Amino acid sequence: MGRYVARRLLQMIPVFLGTTLLIFLMVYTLPGDPVRGLFGDKGADPATLEAMRHKLGLDQPILVQYWDYMKGMILHQDFGDQIASGRPVTDVLGDAFPVTLRLAGMAFVIEIILGIGLGMIAGLRAGRLADNAVLILTLLIISIPVFVLAHIVKSVFADQLGIISPNVSNEATWSELVTPAIVLGSLSLAYVARLTRTTMAENLRSDYMRTAVAKGLPKRRIIGVHLMRNSMIPVITFLGTDLGALMGGAVVTESVFNVKGVGGTIVESITRREGTTLVGLVTILVLVYLFMTLIVDLLYAVLDPRIRYA
Amino acid sequence: MRGAKSAKWVAGAAIIALAATACGGGDSDGDKGNKSSAKGAVNPDGFFSVEVGEPQNPLQPANTMESNGSIVTDAIFSQLVDYDASGKLEMINAESVETTDSKLWTVKLKKDWKFHDGTPVTAESYIKAWNWAANIKNNQTNASWFGDIKGYTDVHPEDAKAKPKSDTMSGLKKVDDYTFTIELNAPLPYFSYKLGYTVFSPLPESFYADPKAAGEKPVGNGAYKFVSWDHKKQIKVERNDDYKGADKAKNGGVIFKNYTTLETAYEDLKSGNVDVLRQIGPKDLPVYRSDLGDRAVDKAYSAIQTIAVAFYTDQWKNIDPKVIQGLSMGIDRDTITKTVLQGTREPATGWVAKGVLGFQPNATGDVTKYDPAKAKQLIKDGGGVPGNKISIQFNADGGHKEWVEAVCNSITQSTGVKCTGDSKADFQADTNARDDKQVKSLYRSGWVLDYPVNANFISDLFRTGAAGNQGDFSNKGLDAEIKKADSAASLDESVAAYQKIEKELVNYMPSIPLWYYKVNAGYSEKVQNVDYAQDGDPILTQIEVKK
Repeated sequence: MGRYVARRLLQMIPVFLGTTLLIFLMVYTLPGDPVRGLFGDKGADPATLEAMRHKLGLDQPILVQYWDYMKGMILHQDFGDQIASGRPVTDVLGDAFPVTLRLAGMAFVIEIILGIGLGMIAGLRAGRLADNAVLILTLLIISIPVFVLAHIVKSVFADQLGIISPNVSNEATWSELVTPAIVLGSLSLAYVARLTRTTMAENLRSDYMRTAVAKGLPKRRIIGVHLMRNSMIPVITFLGTDLGALMGGAVVTESVFNVKGVGGTIVESITRREGTTLVGLVTILVLVYLFMTLIVDLLYAVLDPRIRYA
Repeated sequence: MRGAKSAKWVAGAAIIALAATACGGGDSDGDKGNKSSAKGAVNPDGFFSVEVGEPQNPLQPANTMESNGSIVTDAIFSQLVDYDASGKLEMINAESVETTDSKLWTVKLKKDWKFHDGTPVTAESYIKAWNWAANIKNNQTNASWFGDIKGYTDVHPEDAKAKPKSDTMSGLKKVDDYTFTIELNAPLPYFSYKLGYTVFSPLPESFYADPKAAGEKPVGNGAYKFVSWDHKKQIKVERNDDYKGADKAKNGGVIFKNYTTLETAYEDLKSGNVDVLRQIGPKDLPVYRSDLGDRAVDKAYSAIQTIAVAFYTDQWKNIDPKVIQGLSMGIDRDTITKTVLQGTREPATGWVAKGVLGFQPNATGDVTKYDPAKAKQLIKDGGGVPGNKISIQFNADGGHKEWVEAVCNSITQSTGVKCTGDSKADFQADTNARDDKQVKSLYRSGWVLDYPVNANFISDLFRTGAAGNQGDFSNKGLDAEIKKADSAASLDESVAAYQKIEKELVNYMPSIPLWYYKVNAGYSEKVQNVDYAQDGDPILTQIEVKK
């Protein structure tokens, strides 16, 4: 087990280098220059432009820029400064991540509780009314784009009924984040419900379930331990990668509800060609993904003792 | 990239009434509402909030170009002069700004002014700040504004790799603690107008110890003192009680609140979470007048939208201006501004925007009038559009797509010239193509005033080699006339000379004027006396918070 974890951790290094390099190259190939962008519509003074580019190291070849960046990041935990504001990227990340982490965390919890709950109801009553109701509901959620859903929720609950405030304020309190979290989590919720339903419905028919019933075990134990444990493997796989997606993919939800999180910062960094900020953000997201997949893989062994890592 | 610090309309009441009558949805109501609300009890220490985005740059006056930052630096810093609504110069921090030959300017400062940290504002505060900002070592984006001053090339050589020869511009000389002189490279009758721009702000001694930190926590000499900057959330400023200027704040302070989109800001305005907007998003434009009633703002400001010509392309290299005149006459500006732009713009009849010294209506004659028959004839007389096909480049992230398509349709229908939009993904890609001279045919262009003199809309756009002249328009005769207008003996003569030049631009058609911008905004029930200046920003010091 320990060796497996160590090997996985070592594997992260090339993945980490590859993704950061890819992002670096992608930003580099976009037309447009972050320094020129500072001058706006009215044309720039070439001397200042060149001096600023030189100071930021943007006149270096791309691989040299990448090397310097990675050196600063790994050796000194220095993610560089934002080109426009001159703020350290770590500050920018420090502002954006806590909010998104809370939002994604809430969405994740909602997704787990409601998604698995609905999936269980449907899976245990496969083919009956409750199952069909869940299927129709999830189909509806899956087919509505996130921004449509967000605007519907906003216009009904904020504008018409006045139950919630339309936007998240600067403090981003837990209660304000409930609505965006529901919207953000809804799509994954539908997937989780459907996944849970299918695997449960399948496993209900399996041999070990028949054995458990034949042994006369109480129903709670049959479902809770025997059925759930096996049915959770694909769900956990989905949930694991989904936390990363929730953090990075909150772009639409965050902009609709005025949440100042990672999503908006990513979009802003792309439009301003802020390569360093973008790489910093993506690096952390990549790390989140890598650790989540590692945890998911380790959870497999816990859920199904037949899976063993040497 | 919004420019100048703009006119503070001291004579407010009359103009605000005018602005209110300009609102749709019941003119007389608007007027009445404003008068009655003007009587409401006012809390002179009340704070109100304004919608902005996160400033791009640190809040250093010479580094702030875009509107999110400049609205804040303008609140914190005052300059030597300012303008009123008619474009007349007003003294703010200066006692007087005088010249006899438009080349050597003498500035006398008011003696009792202090920075927010208590140190006095002296001639040294200006000279040192300008020298610092102009120096290429400090990489200030607005450094080129000091280019008129003698010795600028010593501190800011044209070659970025060359070391500056000196740390000071020889044109700036201290006479005594409160007097200094500015010597220019060449006479410039409207130089005093440029002095109202943020870049000419003074800086306190504490700034130079750590300019970066000072950009995070600016100390100025303006009507508001900086309190805090919670990045991406809000910036707070409070009234400066020691302020000696005429534009003293009538409120306790301002909170500049960040919003991710204009739509969310508008929702917050309706639910009372923000007080003053600078703009209404396209989605809410059709309803905002009925939603807000007399709190809806609809008013012209000094900016213009044009279609500029990429003269370096094969298509336009040797073009007869008649062709461009024809294209201009093929655009139905009235219909497009009313329908596609929902009345948020006003058809332009010249190259100089409204509210600027020297603005003249109908400078283009009939070239901006819609006349398909004449348009066709003119294009034919001029030898036709090469390839009979044009495209208009625009940035897709700026909400330009709809009107570009409408203009294209209009041109194709009236003249038969095929026209397509050439969309660039975002503003960065758009400016990139313009800088690299890769525009294929025509491009969207706009100009907001830097200083309220018509020269700003002509010399800075159509002079050979001017920074704003990205289409490479060049005409020796015009250059000579601009030079002559710049060396006119007095401001009035210079303005008149530029008026004459504007009328002659019809013969060259350096760009096709489309329409003047308008401020479409609104404010909450908590505030009153809200008005917008020539650069489209709300006049913060005048806003009153109701009890």
